[in-house]
Amino acid sequence: MTRLIEVRGLTKVFGTGPNAFKALCGVDFDVNAGDFVAVMGASGSGKSTMMNILGCLDVPTEGVYRFMGHAVERFTQDQRALLRRRYIGFVFQGFNLLARTSALENVELPLLYRGESRAARRKGAMAALERVGLTDWADHTPSELSGGQQQRVAIARALVTEPQVLLADEPTGNLDSERSIEIMELLTGLNRDGGISIVMVTHEPDMAAYARTIVRFKDGLVLAVEQREARVNVRN
Amino acid sequence: MFGTSLLLALKEIRRHKMRSFLTTLGIIIGVASVVTMVSLGNGATQSVQEQVSSLGSNMLMVRPGQGYGRGGGSRPTLFDLDDVDAIRTQIAGIRVVAPQTSTSATAIFEAQNWSTTVSGTTNEYFQASNLELADGRLFSEAELTAGKSVCIIGDTVRTNLFRNTNALGKSLRLRDISCKIIGVLTKRGQGGFGPDADDQVVMPLKTAMRRLTGNQDVQSIQVAVDQQFDSGAIVNEISALLRERRHLRDGMEDDFSIFDSKQLSDTLSGTTRTLTMFLGAVAAVSLVVGGIGIMNIMLVSVTERTREIGIRLAIGAVRREVLMQFLIEAITLSSIGGLIGLVVSFVATTAIAFGVGLPFTFDFGVAALAFFFSALIGILFGYFPAKRAASLNPIEALRHE
Repeated sequence: MTRLIEVRGLTKVFGTGPNAFKALCGVDFDVNAGDFVAVMGASGSGKSTMMNILGCLDVPTEGVYRFMGHAVERFTQDQRALLRRRYIGFVFQGFNLLARTSALENVELPLLYRGESRAARRKGAMAALERVGLTDWADHTPSELSGGQQQRVAIARALVTEPQVLLADEPTGNLDSERSIEIMELLTGLNRDGGISIVMVTHEPDMAAYARTIVRFKDGLVLAVEQREARVNVRN
Repeated sequence: MFGTSLLLALKEIRRHKMRSFLTTLGIIIGVASVVTMVSLGNGATQSVQEQVSSLGSNMLMVRPGQGYGRGGGSRPTLFDLDDVDAIRTQIAGIRVVAPQTSTSATAIFEAQNWSTTVSGTTNEYFQASNLELADGRLFSEAELTAGKSVCIIGDTVRTNLFRNTNALGKSLRLRDISCKIIGVLTKRGQGGFGPDADDQVVMPLKTAMRRLTGNQDVQSIQVAVDQQFDSGAIVNEISALLRERRHLRDGMEDDFSIFDSKQLSDTLSGTTRTLTMFLGAVAAVSLVVGGIGIMNIMLVSVTERTREIGIRLAIGAVRREVLMQFLIEAITLSSIGGLIGLVVSFVATTAIAFGVGLPFTFDFGVAALAFFFSALIGILFGYFPAKRAASLNPIEALRHE
């Protein structure tokens, strides 16, 4: 199996001197292409910090982070931006859609930064919205959409660039259980049928149950890695 | 990359109409108030300067007595033609000397009559007072020496007696004399000091003395000073000469007064200079206030938009692209605001100048300055907070509330 993400001895320290807080204390961690990984742990265990570093939104204090063989820890901010633009889709707990901007335009945005033509943007964005089942809502702004729909727009935005990996930081954290199951089924489908690797942070075991690999974090260290059977699509 | 940022900037401006409007409004008000104020100030200054120059520069008016107010006991001795000759021959640096005697009379033509001032003088008077003929001619030598019944009338007299018909060659009645009109003066209009030059009938000195006043007195003497000479020194020389001729001993007060138009125009020029400086200062203050307004809106909107910047960075925008977008937004809004401000000030200046009767001036230098200053503030304060926000790492920008 291809190694997509390779993390060795990763540490992240916030602040300096006596107030310094060590969020990650030497994490070793791999993600294979096509895997669906759930990162679990109590709050403060370092899982979100880890996620931000994986998403190239933040940089490690020490250690090695290889993404598709690139030594990301040596990248400049702009190089990391280009990496995000090309290979990584990020889904946030708080959706982070642009306000007053239609679903379609939100989804088009990454393509715009890639310099795609107007027609290509429209086509790509509509295709991404179709994958999350929101073609009918393309012209609605975030305030006109439910939380679940907003998160699906965010997922469509992450998918539109056809990324290698989808990073999701508590994607169901702001949703009720029914919407959460919808989102998880959407992610599972994308992973299984679309071949997109997914790394998802969650503290809910129900959500982690959709993943094939569960990585447990505690106090800035990886406590355990569990391989599971792929979950059959069941909905009691 | 520029195309992308331009597209995004225009989208954001259209999407946030209220915010765009408020930003633009700050710039509109800043530019419009400054340009309007300075233009009106310049108009006022120009108007005062025109009035001063219409006086006839460097003119001295010699009158018997002290000023207008102090009549007191005895009537002051008037001048005579010998005084005029003495000034003309003994004082250096004067262009012309014009004796004048005047009285009020009713001018009658057919059924029309008009009360006006009738003055007797010489052709030098027109030179000294900067008066020009609209039609006809000045007095001839023969008319002056013989004291012929001819006259030159001001524009007010012409309009009131003749309306639009030709006045030249017609005869006026003044008291019991009939007086042929040989010239009409150009309208001088409002402004100028002393008697209204438009409302008068001018005739040869001799005619006025013989037929109207009945004496040889000269009531006032106008002296036009050569530009190259100092009018103050000439005032002193004339004063010394007249004191001697009027047998005033040392310690006695002058029984005549000399009014120097140069002094008056200097005072007025000083006043208008002060006025212009004052308006300039007010304009500068309002420009700064306008600038602070623009600055506030820009700062607030960028703070509000830190999350937006975070989102853009998180989905793969490079910092340069985000900055370029904000810069283009700021430039677009500032320029649109500046242009609207210029149009508003142009309209306002025209309307106000027309309303209060000032000459219309539009200061393009100040317009350009105000435009660029506002644009500069808009751009600086649109750009630097955005630069700070874009230099945050995306996670911090996203957490910003």
